[in-house]
Amino acid sequence: MNDTKATTGFWSNAALTAAALLIVGVLIVLPLLVVLQQAFAEGAAAWLASVAEPDARAAVWLTLGVTAAVVPLNTAFGLAAAWAIAKFRFKGRSLLLSLVDLPFAVSPVIAGLVFILVFGRHGWLGNWLDAHNLRVVFAVPGILLATLFVTFPFVARELIPLMAEQGSEEEQAALSLGATGWQTFVKVTLPNIKWGLLYGVILCNARAMGEFGAVSVVSGHIRGETNTLPLHVEVLYNEYSFTAAFACASILAGLAIVTLVLKTVVEIKGEQAADNGGEA
Amino acid sequence: MSISIQNIHKTFGAFQALNHVNLEVPSGELTALLGPSGSGKTTLLRIVAGLESPDPQAQGQILFDGVPVTDNPVNRRQVGFVFQHYALFRHMTVFENIAFGLRVKPRGQRPSKDEIRERVFSLLKLVQLEQLAQRFPSQLSGGQRQRIALARALAIQPKVLLLDEPFGALDAQVRTELRRWLRHLHDTIHVTSIFVTHDQEEALEVADRIVVMNKGRIEQVGAPDEVFQNPASEFVMKFLGDVNVFHGRVHNERAVFTGEAHEEAGVRLLVRPHDLAVQVQPGAGLSIPARVYRVMTAGPLVKIELLDGQNRLVQVHVPHETYRATPVHSEQQVYLVPKESRLYGQDSERLEYVI
Repeated sequence: MNDTKATTGFWSNAALTAAALLIVGVLIVLPLLVVLQQAFAEGAAAWLASVAEPDARAAVWLTLGVTAAVVPLNTAFGLAAAWAIAKFRFKGRSLLLSLVDLPFAVSPVIAGLVFILVFGRHGWLGNWLDAHNLRVVFAVPGILLATLFVTFPFVARELIPLMAEQGSEEEQAALSLGATGWQTFVKVTLPNIKWGLLYGVILCNARAMGEFGAVSVVSGHIRGETNTLPLHVEVLYNEYSFTAAFACASILAGLAIVTLVLKTVVEIKGEQAADNGGEA
Repeated sequence: MSISIQNIHKTFGAFQALNHVNLEVPSGELTALLGPSGSGKTTLLRIVAGLESPDPQAQGQILFDGVPVTDNPVNRRQVGFVFQHYALFRHMTVFENIAFGLRVKPRGQRPSKDEIRERVFSLLKLVQLEQLAQRFPSQLSGGQRQRIALARALAIQPKVLLLDEPFGALDAQVRTELRRWLRHLHDTIHVTSIFVTHDQEEALEVADRIVVMNKGRIEQVGAPDEVFQNPASEFVMKFLGDVNVFHGRVHNERAVFTGEAHEEAGVRLLVRPHDLAVQVQPGAGLSIPARVYRVMTAGPLVKIELLDGQNRLVQVHVPHETYRATPVHSEQQVYLVPKESRLYGQDSERLEYVI
């Protein structure tokens, strides 16, 4: 009877594993392989040419530039918001919490449209911006704003439960030992959340590079100027330049894989740290 | 360093945590703030530390050696604070935890590396945990953690040492041991200390003085002997040690305890378990009828549980010799004669009737 049980267990385990592998294969591995296969369909030289083409290069630089600007800002905002929400009880706390979640709840396209309504030529601030010769929509500032908005929750959402669980007793202890607020933050708060923070930053980074919807609305698709990498891929694809489109897509895919590897490393390190300093 | 607490008032929303509290803590003493949860003892301790601020309307003051410190934030009060759940820095070794208070000092006052090392190790020696310097807090037992937390608090040479339920999270055996150790430590370093506890035994055993708190007010301040032998109120008597309560009424200028069920309102007679004698026949004075429920002879004292006429549980503790002279068995009808007792009226006022 034990044998029967073991065999049944074996078959059901095998079936479940196979199903999981099939789903992962069809939905994730296969598309990734297709991207790579298409990207290199006409050889490495063609791939290089597509990637080195000026508009593609501009798109890569714009994407990296926007990410480099957005991630530090949202790290700072996320830290501040999480710190306030997790460690203090104040009026408007739940409102702040809802605001942090807002970008997750709102469709990115709507977010982009809101920016058009506010900063666009016919928007609320349109006349004023025109008068001062400032361009937000269909320019880099718009892309920055849209990316900032969409990636805002990542760091904060990662940190709030962590900081809430840790409480503020260690901070109080640090203060009672004569530390200033800044010393307390740097020497006690930050080391306790560093892995969670890094994890949030990586997620924020991934989304900043890959954001399509909101950026698509505010960018205006000006080649070589306001096209980020994901937008550039779309433009090329719509022009039937499949090889070039997939070549650019393969760069995004590569960035995604680097992010995933980093994320896994951080997760493992974070777990080790939790094991070491766990329930102190 | 003496501590003076003047007219401290604190409310959290609708809850009144402290109600215009005044207290003097003499220099060098170990004082216990004793009370049930919600009595305001921890809030008072946190206000002394500067971790909480008193309601400004009452214009209360905290003074250290006569100098007001009410407006100083916690990091400029130079108090050692020990938390119930230790609050050790989990990412630092024991050594770094203790060194923290020295390392964060402004450059001019910061001791040299060697001095810090020396200071940390002398503190580790004081708490008898020298071999644990390189461990992380998660690798220590609860008792060890609390001793490290104490060493860390002492590293900044605090003017006063404040301990919030320091043994509350420990199991009974470690607790007794640490209690004795804290008393010994205080006798060695003589820093003015206040510790919060809800455990009357702990307070009676460790403290020089006990401050009994209830509902945001101080009920009594005194030496352990004084509060135990001479409780200032019904609350203090009930809170410090076991006590039996008999319900009765006043009749012809005398308090009467027949043990009848209808005698709800009226007066209450409070008697400690060791102040009751069990007799088979009623005595000349007050004897309260009761029925033996259970007798426990294991232990240093014989514990007799009885039910009075109102079916309330009564506890009596008698020495073994006394019990051997007049043994009782369960279901036996007996009479209880109080040797020492206190009588309280409807509003908890002390009464002096002949009984």
